[in-house]
Amino acid sequence: MSDDAPTAGGWFAGVDPDDLEAGATAIREERQATPRDWPTLAVGSGFADDEREYYDILKEATTRAAEAAVSEAERADDRQLVHAIRAMDDCERTANELAERLAEWAGTVDPDAGTGIEYARELADGHRELDTDDRRIASLAERVADLGDDADELREFVERRTPTVAPNLASLAGPVLAARLISLAGGLENLAKKPSGTIQVLGAEDALFAHLRGHAPSPKHGIIYVHDAVRGTHPDERGSAARALAGKLAIAARVDHYSGERKPELEGELTDRIETIQARTGGDTAEDDIDPGDGSDDADTDARGGTDE
Amino acid sequence: MPTPTLAEVPMSDGSLPVGVERREFDGTERLATRGEPVYGEPTDGEWRAWNPHRSKLGAMLALEMETGLSGGESVLYLGAASGTTVSHVADFAGPTYAVEFAPRPTRDLLEAGAPRPRLFPLLADARKPETYGHVVESNVDAIVQDVATRGQARVALENRRFLDDDGRLLLAVKARSEDVTREPAGVFDDVCATLEDGYELLEQRRLEPYHEDHLGIVARPR
Ligand SMILES: C[S@@+](CC[C@H](N)C(=O)[O-])C[C@H]1O[C@@H](n2cnc3c(N)ncnc32)[C@H](O)[C@@H]1O
Repeated sequence: MSDDAPTAGGWFAGVDPDDLEAGATAIREERQATPRDWPTLAVGSGFADDEREYYDILKEATTRAAEAAVSEAERADDRQLVHAIRAMDDCERTANELAERLAEWAGTVDPDAGTGIEYARELADGHRELDTDDRRIASLAERVADLGDDADELREFVERRTPTVAPNLASLAGPVLAARLISLAGGLENLAKKPSGTIQVLGAEDALFAHLRGHAPSPKHGIIYVHDAVRGTHPDERGSAARALAGKLAIAARVDHYSGERKPELEGELTDRIETIQARTGGDTAEDDIDPGDGSDDADTDARGGTDE
Repeated sequence: MPTPTLAEVPMSDGSLPVGVERREFDGTERLATRGEPVYGEPTDGEWRAWNPHRSKLGAMLALEMETGLSGGESVLYLGAASGTTVSHVADFAGPTYAVEFAPRPTRDLLEAGAPRPRLFPLLADARKPETYGHVVESNVDAIVQDVATRGQARVALENRRFLDDDGRLLLAVKARSEDVTREPAGVFDDVCATLEDGYELLEQRRLEPYHEDHLGIVARPR
């Protein structure tokens, strides 16, 4: 090494051995491509009296550094996602409501007025002019277009961030639905603790309470309805498809929360299961009512009342 | 726990390092180390069973691969997760550096590490050794790698800089992490071929029945 100071490049260089925070910060932030015999160098430089003391300090400093990094990561991730998806929904809903108002109003001065956020964008960008000096309509159009842009940006954030917060859930459900489930449950940890029967009806709470009060059939599915596995299945079998999907989502949420490891096999398992279910209505006589058989299907805690099949 | 001296420990069993023994738990002989329990494993006094179904290194030892581990050595462990295996390693080895890049399992790793004064947790990416080269000492006696991510051979090559010339790489390769769709045998051939850029392969063995589609490899730097 060409470094002259004997400790150069070591995490302890310039660090006071009694200053735990400084040591932890150096561990987190310093870089060094070439390892050296740090214990010997640390003792040689007087950082520690002997190897034993060096390792004792290293233990404290690495532990402190890892704790700080873990807490930071935990704070940053799923809470941010929950806020982002809720804000995205609010922006979209508000933009659509205002766009309706805009269409009605613009229709009074322009017989060819369009509808929706797209029409607001056309007005806001000046691709279309209204036959009036009234700035109020154009100003409303700008507001709608801006809200639409905000919603798009939030959606991009959600699509980018969900796979790091909940990789398995994101790959199974798609990032936006995954983020919605996390949001409805109130966080990834809460979602990971929910039985699959509850996940199946998340987002259908109104229908579920009506059912529990005895005036309605139990809902077959909540927000997971938007997933192709459910929507693409014949209505007669949607309850089974929703149950199978919810079972895999429950496993994915648990793996994401408790280990963070990728389990790419979950996707294949879901596809197989859904194909089997769809085959029942596809002219096949398949009578194979297979349970996932992996313990995912918490039938005992299932929120369904059994009227869905 | 201090490394036991030879006098305190019965002769180690075949290829097992000092500090790892085959002991009876509820009538079955199992691998065991001495230390605080971590994952609900059965204990017997100071000893705790090491479940080879939950640990690739445990499986390599159970399958009697020649790991070259003798007890008391310095170890760089890549892919420590919640600390299941690395806690056993810290029970019999010397200074043990545990690298894991996912924050959530690292929280558990911290817990497993708390009663183990020579287990050093590092939240870092094993593909970027320069982010821990200022902490992990040079010339470690063993690198244990279980990262289950694409590019497992590259991770081993990148970390070769830490390994002593006489040291051992103990690598578990998960076929599915490289390519879910390919035949494991083909994946393993490719991984071994890449590894040979920096390592001489001493032993390879599939880890069945403990782990499906995993290959255990013992190698030394070339
Ligand atoms: C199969 S688990 C390890 C289990 C652990 N070795 C045991 O037996 O207790 C694989 C771990 O490697 C981690 N990992 C994957 N890629 C990594 C990388 N580039 N750097 C560090 N850790 C990584 C994952 O987060 C996961 O926790």
